[in-house]
Amino acid sequence: MPVRARPLSPHLLIYRWQIGNTLSILHRFTGVFLALGFVALSFWFVALATDDRSYRSATHLFASPLGWLALLGWTFAFFYHLLNGVRHLLWDVGRGFERVERRLSGWLAVIGAVVLTLCVWVLLWHFERL
Amino acid sequence: MSLRSPLGRVLGLGSAKSGTGHWWGQRVSAIALVPLSLWFVFSLLLLPDLDFATTRAWLHWPVSGFLAILLVIVVAYHSYLGTIVVIEDYVHAEGYKLLGLLLLRFLHVLVAGAAIFAILRIAFGT
Repeated sequence: MPVRARPLSPHLLIYRWQIGNTLSILHRFTGVFLALGFVALSFWFVALATDDRSYRSATHLFASPLGWLALLGWTFAFFYHLLNGVRHLLWDVGRGFERVERRLSGWLAVIGAVVLTLCVWVLLWHFERL
Repeated sequence: MSLRSPLGRVLGLGSAKSGTGHWWGQRVSAIALVPLSLWFVFSLLLLPDLDFATTRAWLHWPVSGFLAILLVIVVAYHSYLGTIVVIEDYVHAEGYKLLGLLLLRFLHVLVAGAAIFAILRIAFGT
């Protein structure tokens, strides 16, 4: 079938940017980022199963500036996707659809994710794992 | 009696050719991942050290190894269900879409398989 450019209604452009759609996009974005994290996790397991030297070079890679940044991002992505995922599950059972509830739960997911990320990294620093 | 037009049937239009399976699988794996992923993160955090010997000893313990394998399986399933939707949403050319979906499927099995095999090696190794 020939693919022809059809006129589109401004289905995305007419809406005001707000917290609901931002968090929805962030949920998908963190999900894809966590899928990359799954590859890194698998790599870590394989290195751990191989030998001491492989594990050292793997942890060395994670301890590089880019490695730190990725780990920090994965921590936030994990907690945000988890909290916002619970928010989605509550919607699935028909709870929390009121305007106030939607906004409150959204902010709770974001702030909760930031706080939990900070907690994890402060704990890591406290236990001198960094 | 079908209400679908002959043309629609021939082109495979209309139904998404899957029921609620994808949606349900995503929710069930999400629920399973709440305790599993939290267990993993906090176990690593609470280990006295993250060096080779300590981490291996932790995974060598049957409960940890078993839960780690469950985690990998459920993460792979949840991640696969999530990422195929991204391809389906943004890649509209049939050929590239099929290629992307196949690639995602192979990659998820490969990555999960490697992780599970690694955990088993640690669990059953000395």
